[in-house]
Amino acid sequence: MSAQAHAANHYYIPHGTHWPILGSVGLFTTAVGGALWLEGLDFGGYLCLLGIIIIFLMMFGWFGTVIRESMSGTYNAQVDRSFRWGMTFFIFSEVMFFGAFFGALFFARVFVENWLAGGSNSLFTNLLLWKGYEPAWPSNGPGHVGGSFEGMSAAGIAAINTLILLSSGVTVTIAHWGLKEGNRKKLCWFLLFTIILGFSFVGLQAHEYIHAYTEQNLTLGSGIYGTTFFMLTGFHGLHVTIGAIMLTVILLRSLKGHFTPQHHFAFEAVSWYWHFVDVVWLGLFIFVYWL
Amino acid sequence: MYNTADAHHPEHPSGIWRWITTTNHKDIGTLYLCFSLLMFFVGGAFAMLIRAELFKPGMQLMDPLFFNEMATLHGLVMIFGAIMPAFVGLANWMIPMMVGAPDMALPRMNNWSFWILPFAFILLLSTLFMPGGAPAGGWTMYAPLMLQTGTAFPFTIFAIHLMGISSVMGAINIIATILNLRAPGMTLMKMPLFVWCWLITAYLLIAVMPVLAGAVTMELMDKYFGTSFFNAAGGGDPLLFQHVFWFFGHPEVYIMVLPAFGIISEIIPTFSRKPLFGYTSMVYAVASIAFLSFIVWAHHMFTVGMPLSADLFFMFTTMLIAVPTGVKVFNWVATMWRGALSFETPMLFAIAFVFLFTIGGFSGVMLALVPADWQYHDTYFVVAHFHYVLVTGSAFAIMGAVYYWLPKWTGHMYNETLAKWHFWLSVISVNVLYFPMHFLGLAGMNRRLPDYPVQFTDLNQIVSVGGFVFGVSQLLFVACIILCVRGGKKAEAKVWEGALGLEWTLPSPPPYHSFTEPPAANLIWAHPYQND
Repeated sequence: MSAQAHAANHYYIPHGTHWPILGSVGLFTTAVGGALWLEGLDFGGYLCLLGIIIIFLMMFGWFGTVIRESMSGTYNAQVDRSFRWGMTFFIFSEVMFFGAFFGALFFARVFVENWLAGGSNSLFTNLLLWKGYEPAWPSNGPGHVGGSFEGMSAAGIAAINTLILLSSGVTVTIAHWGLKEGNRKKLCWFLLFTIILGFSFVGLQAHEYIHAYTEQNLTLGSGIYGTTFFMLTGFHGLHVTIGAIMLTVILLRSLKGHFTPQHHFAFEAVSWYWHFVDVVWLGLFIFVYWL
Repeated sequence: MYNTADAHHPEHPSGIWRWITTTNHKDIGTLYLCFSLLMFFVGGAFAMLIRAELFKPGMQLMDPLFFNEMATLHGLVMIFGAIMPAFVGLANWMIPMMVGAPDMALPRMNNWSFWILPFAFILLLSTLFMPGGAPAGGWTMYAPLMLQTGTAFPFTIFAIHLMGISSVMGAINIIATILNLRAPGMTLMKMPLFVWCWLITAYLLIAVMPVLAGAVTMELMDKYFGTSFFNAAGGGDPLLFQHVFWFFGHPEVYIMVLPAFGIISEIIPTFSRKPLFGYTSMVYAVASIAFLSFIVWAHHMFTVGMPLSADLFFMFTTMLIAVPTGVKVFNWVATMWRGALSFETPMLFAIAFVFLFTIGGFSGVMLALVPADWQYHDTYFVVAHFHYVLVTGSAFAIMGAVYYWLPKWTGHMYNETLAKWHFWLSVISVNVLYFPMHFLGLAGMNRRLPDYPVQFTDLNQIVSVGGFVFGVSQLLFVACIILCVRGGKKAEAKVWEGALGLEWTLPSPPPYHSFTEPPAANLIWAHPYQND
């Protein structure tokens, strides 16, 4: 019977699973804890942390099951295609999430600055509320929310980080070539380079943030510039961190010899994700740092 | 090791654990449908309270804040708790059977998509008992009003996040199933219309639910972390929230109606005993509506003082939607033209849908006109419009779908007499409920207010009576479902004489795993969706 399950004309159907309900409990605990913490109850923070731990447990268990099934050859080509469609559309959803924040940035820069200064049909907004305001960028608005600050420049850390992420896109591709050639040494070394580049990016970004807070008086509260800068680069940095952790898992699995030249969806999914954070960064570099 | 016997064994752990751990598309579809029925009554109870308060001018039963909480929660619960999960439930049950698959493409994630929902709604509904009350700024959650919510605020935001995660995972699963698990020979243009509509709906869901998550995240950041997204003093703009929200919100209304189009496109051919008229144009019409849905969002905001050029752009794109929608209505009518019609309950709901959804569509075109909208905006005319498309549109389609496929799901015929009572009581009361709202709105009655000038009393009383009758009539719906699940005349595999499609080749009730092997291609040829 076992052989038949692998035949192309049979469908694969998994067992029942208890991981999703654990995930839901984790999400619920995180949400309740987070909300209580935001409302000023300290134990909410611990509850939130507990929820995150539960979500991690769920991920370990769930991915573990999937990896075991994959290693035992349960999945046929059709299952592989389902995973590919799933990952593709997951990345699409992430693109749209970033789209909301890019949209906020463009709206603020193109329209709001102009309107606050009396442009378009907003003459009275300017005359009655924000008299004398001139459009500017970087801007913390007519109320100078957060006090004067120094904006970011495209030279310096941003340029280095661009170089780092672009190189990491190359190294992950070379690792993929290594995988396809069956050259595990090449695979693992170039994965390692990619991970080092990824975490270097995160480290430099942390340095940039500390510098912004301590030297430039640029904070999350620095009007619309600080808001869009930290929200966009912050969510991106979070995604780079997640991506680098995923790459690390893939490296460990590569060292264990989990992947074959024909069968390595997990590797490709993570590399797609990595290219996605790379492309988002290019948008950030151009629209947040440069223009 | 996993072998076939293991992997294919229809496990039924007993009791609640079966439902919690299930990866079966029918179990999960049932869970979705039961959950949405429950939420339909929760949201309905809120609506009954609203109509009770509005039965007489002056303050009668509740304070204004509680009224606003009811209006807000009614919207959120009906949209995210009743309509959307009902469509996902139907997708779960029907798509694998319609495309000849054993189950959904990603069955474990399917389980998670559902099981996030009860937690999300515990989070949302628990806000009723919090200091400061439930969110009261309307389901649209406009900033800065929404930021004045009490303790309920972060709970509401996180509830929205959870609903979004659930929807996106459900949609990814549906896309993967449709694109990857179709039976050999079922090309895209041979798919049932319900499957087509869901493919496009799922795409819309993945495109816009993350944008909603972004919008509410911005509110969260503004309230707790000092950002300036919606603060003009800091260079932000409250209008930004409306733009981001409606970029989600308009595709969202098509998310709630495209699957309904699919259902109607299944039911009408069956009871007309004719293939669907203009299959190809139906597919292109749905795709056009989906495309247009991304470039019309600001028609919800004509009164905020946008530049004239923006008003004009959004007015014209909005009116363009009438074209593909007109194509669809024309095709449904043309399908019935010279058909051998019979009027079982699903068909009655479908015909009511065609008439009443079209009324909602017409008032939509009226609202699209910028100068007219300045008069209609935020009046009961708008309330009438979107209840015609969402109740007599989406909800009627869901009810029609339940009657249409209930015999397939349970193996029993439902009680036709009782179902017809349900239909006629609903269709009459729903018009008593919503039709006078048009006049109230045109006469200038504002929405979302607990009180009104005395001259609106008569019409409001008619509306409220219609509302109560409609609410009570839905108990018949529950009765029909329960009776049908528990017994009734045995249903054949092909329940309806004129039914097309692979789901009718399976016995009623179908086996636990619908198709364990791809159905033979000739089955698909024998069930044509197109005349060609």
